[in-house]
Amino acid sequence: MVYLPHTDEERAEMLKAIGVERIEDLFQDIPEQHRYPVLELPDAVSEMEILQELQALADANLSANAVPMFLGAGAYRHWVPSVVDYVISRGEFYTAYTPYQAEVSQGTLQAIFEYQSMICDLTGMEIANASHYDGATATAEAVIQAINVFRKKRNKVVVAPTVHPHYRKVLRTYTQGMGLEIVGDESLNTSLDELIELVDENTACVIVQTPNFLGQIENLEGLADKIQQKAKKTLLAVATNPLSLGLLKAPGAFDADIVMGDGQPLGLGLNFGGPYLGFYTTKEQYVRQIAGRLVGKTVDIEGKEAYVMTLTTREQHIRREKATSNICSNQGLMMLAATVYMSALGKHGLRKVAELNYHKAHYTAQKIDALPGFKVLQDKPFFNEFVVECPAPVEEINHYLQDEWSIIGGYDLSQDYPELENHMLFAVTEVNTRAEIDYLMDALHEFRAGSQD
Amino acid sequence: MAEPLIYELSSQGREGVKPPKLDVPVSELPGDLVRDELPLPEVSEIDVVRHFLHLSQLNYAIDKGMYPLGSCTMKYNPKVNEVAARIPGFTGIHPLQDAETVQGALFVMYELQNYLKEISGFAGVTLQPAAGAHGELVGVLIMRKYHLDRGDTKRDTILVPDSAHGTNPASTSMSGLRVVQIPSDERGNVDLDALQSQLCDRVVGLMLTNPNTLGLFEEQVVEVIEQVHSCGGLVYGDGANMNALMGIMRPGDVGIDVMHFNLHKTFSTPHGGGGPGSGPVGVAEHLVDYLPSPIVIIDEAESLEDIPFFNLYEPPKSIGPVKAFWGHFGIMLRAYTYMRMLGAEGMQAAAEHAVLNANYLLSQIKDVYPLPYDRICKHEFVVKGHLDEAPDIHALDIAKRLIDYGVHPPTNYFPLIVPEALMIEPTETESKQSLDNYASILRKIAEEAKQNPELLHTAPHNAPVRRLDEVQAARNPILRYKHE
Repeated sequence: MVYLPHTDEERAEMLKAIGVERIEDLFQDIPEQHRYPVLELPDAVSEMEILQELQALADANLSANAVPMFLGAGAYRHWVPSVVDYVISRGEFYTAYTPYQAEVSQGTLQAIFEYQSMICDLTGMEIANASHYDGATATAEAVIQAINVFRKKRNKVVVAPTVHPHYRKVLRTYTQGMGLEIVGDESLNTSLDELIELVDENTACVIVQTPNFLGQIENLEGLADKIQQKAKKTLLAVATNPLSLGLLKAPGAFDADIVMGDGQPLGLGLNFGGPYLGFYTTKEQYVRQIAGRLVGKTVDIEGKEAYVMTLTTREQHIRREKATSNICSNQGLMMLAATVYMSALGKHGLRKVAELNYHKAHYTAQKIDALPGFKVLQDKPFFNEFVVECPAPVEEINHYLQDEWSIIGGYDLSQDYPELENHMLFAVTEVNTRAEIDYLMDALHEFRAGSQD
Repeated sequence: MAEPLIYELSSQGREGVKPPKLDVPVSELPGDLVRDELPLPEVSEIDVVRHFLHLSQLNYAIDKGMYPLGSCTMKYNPKVNEVAARIPGFTGIHPLQDAETVQGALFVMYELQNYLKEISGFAGVTLQPAAGAHGELVGVLIMRKYHLDRGDTKRDTILVPDSAHGTNPASTSMSGLRVVQIPSDERGNVDLDALQSQLCDRVVGLMLTNPNTLGLFEEQVVEVIEQVHSCGGLVYGDGANMNALMGIMRPGDVGIDVMHFNLHKTFSTPHGGGGPGSGPVGVAEHLVDYLPSPIVIIDEAESLEDIPFFNLYEPPKSIGPVKAFWGHFGIMLRAYTYMRMLGAEGMQAAAEHAVLNANYLLSQIKDVYPLPYDRICKHEFVVKGHLDEAPDIHALDIAKRLIDYGVHPPTNYFPLIVPEALMIEPTETESKQSLDNYASILRKIAEEAKQNPELLHTAPHNAPVRRLDEVQAARNPILRYKHE
């Protein structure tokens, strides 16, 4: 049997040592009428057959590895340097578990420490944890941290309508039993200033996103102060795209209390939505309210520098129902990928990639805006995504792009915002070549010409 | 020599990766929004490769040897899984693409849902949860909403056996519910009288791990479930220990209402140094409408006669999504590959041999290490890491001494109900030689504990580092590199 090393002889010796005759004897405590059900599953196949089957299934997908794509909305097609997969493919990393035994887990522990350091540098924050599942759950955990900071005495959360719709849904799912009042995102027309008007003495935190879901860069200058003027101590949590921080000012510079988001742009493939990485940072004063694993530096009994999971008394395996969160795992291997990515690109590379995204997106926006019938919304600066008012329903345009031009178009914003009917969110990254962008222009131009016939 | 931090390898001006060229005109940058400083390392590609290779060599891993971490199911991670998960037609698809363009991916998810339903006896499965604890949260929220939707608003209590994983009570309190602990009886089962005394119309449900964390099958599982159901409560199954039951018993058949799976335990996907996991949740018929959105269905309206069209679907009473997008698809591909390679017979054989291996290893050491509950175990067992003849030796000392012999220690100090617990789960992929080796090391350490306890107290002696000062780490936390 595949992956079982036992020979018949060994099996017999083992049963004898246990003192039973047959393997079935080990299952006498299972209720007899439910023992050994017949499972209707496909027959076992070999390695060759399963890979052939999967290749055929993969071929049935339209992959951004094969065609131009302008879809983002929280997950982006970026170039992943070869060195990333090399490192995360090492068995010493991917077949290890959570570093409970620090003496034989220094590789994972030091990588987490380096990850925490780089994420702090990128966001301008003081401390980072070893990661959450994704940007959405990191956002939900930000709310829970804020509620815990106020010892559950404040139960209102103000969230901007331009925070990723999935994040807003997930934080509502997470907190449905906590009796919170979550306001602010009823209408897309609510500005940041209007949002702050909703803050009161019962508000635990305000959540904004920059670049926001529409790709716009929010100016965070003075935001924390304005919140403090409405209600002292209310936390400001900022969701962000970590790659944008290669170019843009860090939210930490604007006195954010929590900065979190999805780390997928840092060297993780699209993979149909996961696994990604939720990065999470806060101020040092909240170190005991932060959820998830933390790795700290220490020494061994000989004084040698080493790393260890620390402040574990916050966590579920010690505190059980009083833990800061139920989280047990982190996104270990994805965190490692992001660490390798940030190391390999480094100070200069991350800036360059961020600038490539910026310039290519702006070139595309300019070109689209010049097309008859298409208008780019330009009321705020943007990074690598922008909104276009289109001359037809987005679904119709996307079908045309897909069927006639083999282009994966942008995101249909009317799915989340009824006021944005016929509005498409385009994402452009370093992977989109000028040739691809110009090809898209031809396609949109033809669409418009065709629809006017 | 310790490996320096990547920051300490930095040299001003060095670059690791060459980004693609700029092939469009430059646009003006938004001056006041641009950062001046980005204090990341400056290293070359070879620096990165050597640094992380050195770090990898400081780790223990399944690929190096036996890793019998109880409760974690550290079985072999087949290499074909990694190949499957890296097929470009899967890695390059975006979660928000039109369903028409991702039929291959949706097919895999649909089939995986079906396989999990078949193995567990449930009517519905969501693949969205990212990990076991995440699946637990889903399960508790589903139970809570089920009662509320029926107008049964008084229920606010979850019963949790004292042997449960710490995530059970933590998931409960995250859901805004109250935890009441149920003690175990002298055979390691849920104490039926104690359970009975807590059953009332405030009970949302019971969270049951079966086999429990002592590695013992809950002998009165049918009675336990009947009792909880009789007061209107539901039963949540913690599927962390499903590796003992694949093809042996279906939790849905005995009346469990909702359960999470751990694809990274039972279905061989790698643990990745702490994740990503994947924690699908299965539910019985009456809870199908509450599953997190979305699940994958066959969309009859779009299907052709002989070509089904797969689509994402939001169940009508869904608790809502628990994650952006659809779950850890890359992990699902690995689990799918594993299940197709094993088939029904292979999965049953895997469970049987997991239990065989655990009982065999137990038989080789139980005359030396005290066994609190002497029964046939399932896929794991718990002994005491404390010997009468060596009163100063603790489970931790034994664990650290195991490292010196080149194997990974078991889980220690869990479950909490056994003092000095050593929780050992060999998994089915270890050979008899490997188990014999582990047993002989454990026996040798027991001898050393009596003859030379200092050797254990000061272990490990030949790991990359010695025992760490954890008190110092917690008292004065240094959680990041500080730039000069």
